[in-house]
Amino acid sequence: MLNFVDSAAEAVAGIRDGSTVLIGGFGNAGQPMELIDALLDGGATQLTVVNNNAGQADAGLALLIKERRVSKIICSFPRQSDSWHFDAAYRSGETELELVPQGNLAERIRAAGAGIGGFFTPTGYGTMLAEGKETRLIDGRGYVFETPIHGDIALIKALTADRSGNLVYRKTARNFGPIMAAAAKRTIVQVTGIVLTGQLDPEAVVTPGIYVNTVVEIAAPAKAVKEQGNQ
Amino acid sequence: MSTKLNKEQLAQLVAGDIAAGSYVNLGIGQPTLVSNYLTAEQNITLHTENGMLGMGPVAVGDEIDEDLINAGKIPVTELPGASYFHHADSFAIMRGGHLDVCVLGAFQVSATGDLANWHTGAPDAIPAVGGAMDLATGAKEVYVMMSLFTKDGKSKLVPECSYPLTGVGCVTRVYTNEAVFLIGPDGVRVRETYGMSFEELAARMDTPLLSSV
Repeated sequence: MLNFVDSAAEAVAGIRDGSTVLIGGFGNAGQPMELIDALLDGGATQLTVVNNNAGQADAGLALLIKERRVSKIICSFPRQSDSWHFDAAYRSGETELELVPQGNLAERIRAAGAGIGGFFTPTGYGTMLAEGKETRLIDGRGYVFETPIHGDIALIKALTADRSGNLVYRKTARNFGPIMAAAAKRTIVQVTGIVLTGQLDPEAVVTPGIYVNTVVEIAAPAKAVKEQGNQ
Repeated sequence: MSTKLNKEQLAQLVAGDIAAGSYVNLGIGQPTLVSNYLTAEQNITLHTENGMLGMGPVAVGDEIDEDLINAGKIPVTELPGASYFHHADSFAIMRGGHLDVCVLGAFQVSATGDLANWHTGAPDAIPAVGGAMDLATGAKEVYVMMSLFTKDGKSKLVPECSYPLTGVGCVTRVYTNEAVFLIGPDGVRVRETYGMSFEELAARMDTPLLSSV
């Protein structure tokens, strides 16, 4: 069921405490800032958040962590020069961390959307991130078994949606959007613009509307502070 | 053997060794310098893990676009022929063995090509791995760029890594200020030295070295 709503608050309404929320973005590119702000305002707590990072500076996911609404984060790179809210929440034991190599994170999300029950990957084999996991030698090479990451909710950002929910993205802001859209029970998208069905070239659609549940137009997404130079 | 290389000379050396037409991923930090020395004639295509092939130089002024960044989250530019793809595809490009070369920094490399570059093992450190393990595991050739010796003079090319591993048996070459090492089935071969002789180098390292100088 696809619906279009008028505000980020309406878009995230109904997200329950304890939900697993896949949040798109790599750094600020593709981060659905207004949806995250609305999730913060909405009050849901005890969330498991899946994102590449663990929030930057004092915006978006970082604020959700600051307010201790995230009980667990699954990510590949939490430690950054401006990840002070995560650092504090992690050190105090209030936010649990599951650290996943970035490609395994992406493939686990992709697997969930594709109905795959798990897969063997060479990434991480022989390292501490494979400890306790099933391994197998295939044609003489070591592989680690990884399981899918399903979301109750995905919050993503795209450039344009049509009225059928088809999405196109912009440059490297695409990142986790397409795989998260497929991996969640309910996918909520903020877009910069909405066009009529038929106005997106079907050959150019990246995420088909079948994966999309809720669309909200946020015409002018918050601009990241360019001077930050986040690493 | 000339003199010890500085960081820029080292980057230039690595750049010159990358075969024309290669698809390459340059890790964050020192390896990024390599891009400054790639020539148009080499026709190298740069991959960035966040979902792009055909990455151009760092963006300046009006070129800065928050939707167009590299793995270090620095604004970059796109070159003609660039393409964008989602994260699972980007890592399939790595894991699937499609990249010819990746260049990474390291804390340690072992004589059998094990790489340690993501974690010092300090108990109070917040661990962060990013794409390091995927890159180390997937590229056809993994080149490491690092200083050969720690501040207290210990070699970082070691018989066995003491830091937590990033990948097993993945490094094929090690570029350092003092020497270039080729890691193969027969062991660690010194391709060339800078600022010291093979014998002087071998005397400072615990790893047995094969000479080709």
